[in-house]
Amino acid sequence: MKVIASRANPSPSLWLPGLLLCSLLALIAVQSGLVPFPAAGATIERPETIIVPPRSFSSRLAGEFVRDRVPVDAPMATIERDRPIEIMKFQVGVFDYARCVADGACEAAAPRRKADGDVPVTGVNFNDAKDYARWLSAQTGETWRLPTVEEWAFAAGSRLVDHALGIETDSANPAERWIATYEREAALGAAASAKPEPRGAFGENELGVADLGGSVWEWTATCDGRTTLGIDGGVLTHIESCGVRILEGRHRAPMSAFIRDGRSGGCSVGTPPDNLGFRLVRERPWYAPLAELARRITG
Amino acid sequence: MENENKKLSRRALLAGVAFAGVVGTVIAATPVVAEEAEVTTGPAPDLSQLTHEKIELVAPPYVHAHEQATTAAPKVVEFTLMIEEKEMVIDDLGTTVQAMTYNGSVPGPLMVVHEGDYVELTLVNPASNMLQHNIDFHSATGALGGGGLTLVNPGEQVKLRFKATRAGVFVYHCAPGGPMIPWHVVSGMNGAIMVLPRDGLKDGKGNPLKYDHIFYIGEQDYYIPRDREGNFKSYESAGDGYEDMLAVMKTLTPTHVVFNGAAGALTGEHAMKAKVGETVLIVHSQANRDTRPHLIGGHGDYVWDTGKFRNPPQVDLETWFIAGGSAGAALYKFLEPGVYAYVNHNLIEAVELGATAHFTVEGTWDDDLMTQVQPPTPIE
Ligand SMILES: [Cu+2]
Repeated sequence: MKVIASRANPSPSLWLPGLLLCSLLALIAVQSGLVPFPAAGATIERPETIIVPPRSFSSRLAGEFVRDRVPVDAPMATIERDRPIEIMKFQVGVFDYARCVADGACEAAAPRRKADGDVPVTGVNFNDAKDYARWLSAQTGETWRLPTVEEWAFAAGSRLVDHALGIETDSANPAERWIATYEREAALGAAASAKPEPRGAFGENELGVADLGGSVWEWTATCDGRTTLGIDGGVLTHIESCGVRILEGRHRAPMSAFIRDGRSGGCSVGTPPDNLGFRLVRERPWYAPLAELARRITG
Repeated sequence: MENENKKLSRRALLAGVAFAGVVGTVIAATPVVAEEAEVTTGPAPDLSQLTHEKIELVAPPYVHAHEQATTAAPKVVEFTLMIEEKEMVIDDLGTTVQAMTYNGSVPGPLMVVHEGDYVELTLVNPASNMLQHNIDFHSATGALGGGGLTLVNPGEQVKLRFKATRAGVFVYHCAPGGPMIPWHVVSGMNGAIMVLPRDGLKDGKGNPLKYDHIFYIGEQDYYIPRDREGNFKSYESAGDGYEDMLAVMKTLTPTHVVFNGAAGALTGEHAMKAKVGETVLIVHSQANRDTRPHLIGGHGDYVWDTGKFRNPPQVDLETWFIAGGSAGAALYKFLEPGVYAYVNHNLIEAVELGATAHFTVEGTWDDDLMTQVQPPTPIE
């Protein structure tokens, strides 16, 4: 990680040939309110990020799907992504989060499992993650936000877990799917450590993104919802439910936005996420294509 | 080694060496009950004609093989309980308790005999333990349920025989005297015995009742001390945590209420299994504290809430009450497939403190009993 002054600085390689262009663009951006102006005098460690280059990938759609009155696996979508994404290499850490709390911009985390050292922050809800993104954006003069489920899958690469049950269940017997889901989640939950581990402990994927599918699940911006499909697979109805957001990790988990501890019990028989955390993506500035063009020209 | 010194101190204490402090309190209370060992049991029965049968106990929620009804003559049924003091993890946070156990499990195993049988129990307190223990059978008559005849120091064993004269499910627990009694019980030292009527269970109208599976669920309340930051504390030995735990116990507010010794011990990969059309007998004991089992999505077809089989069972129950210090039994035939939660229906205890178990039940869905007439659909 490198320490930077908080002023927006799209690419160091632009300094010499692109100085004029960059300054001009930044000035326009700030004055037109397109990028937030950094807090005066603030200095922050810029989170280490990974740029995931464009590619085609597959991801299941989010939410619940019903076809012919029977719950089914979410349809698999093939997505041609033509733009890169810049995502935090690691989940947001306890020390990073503590600075937001110290600034009065974030509420204190409420981790269920205490862990020492540079571990991901846990015990945070969706709103905490949003507050942190707002604070980090203000501190860096950049735009940080939660990824969508699709963006998370894009960055997760081979670490993406296919959530499909992959079984044809009897439409006359709703219990088959409940039991299959229960047993699969139980097996997933029993496989690994539930404790937050120091960042990096769960390794990197082929893109360099760390700790995917470890003991900390990650909030996404994607709302839960229910989609009714016709026999032909076309969408009949879709209802979005944004009080519930999707967490990604070892399994996909819908969770009410205010929950900091996803424990289960009683009537809810699924296996809950062990710990709730997050990582952010940096919004591509509107001038990014220009900057990339400039970079290409200047070699 | 610090730990070994402590062990030696306790041994020395057990041998009568004067000792002060926490551990002194722990042991000093025991002679009160030891005096009860003078109780006599009357003329010894002539058991030479009876068959002796040795039973290998199995860990809960499972139960050793047994006949549900028998035409055989009463037997002497021999069991052995090994007392094991050990650290156990009781929740998914890794919270530990220095548990005191019969046969290494919380609860101890369920023993099954028939009314009129003799229970012959060998209670072993291995030298690796630190504390005195005994056993009080609520199904036995006299000598504090056998507690007065069974107090054993580490390195000792004792054999008790009692006649099972009353049919039902009954708690057994450690009761080594004074403040040791609740402390041992809430450290896990309890279990249950089932004394079946010789002609089996009846529905209250004389018709026999049978079960395909039996599950034994022991509910355990734990009182784990916390540090200043609110985190659960762990201790090197039971004695080290005694005074802190006693303070929590006196609040009467458990930190954990769990089935089978730990939160989640009967869920996920450890969920109990049955099939549609099968009948299960669920034996539920709570040695210390009232509880109210409930099967979410099912019922109690026949319930002996006080656990005693000469009383007619209650039928069609939604939730049943089991008084602290007793065991109850509920018979239920699964009619629909699915995942069922079996809970203490104080739902705060079920969800927040751990008292939840699951059944996964496979079979054919019965649309007549329930159907989703309209799946979730946008409001018209
Ligand atoms: Cu004991």
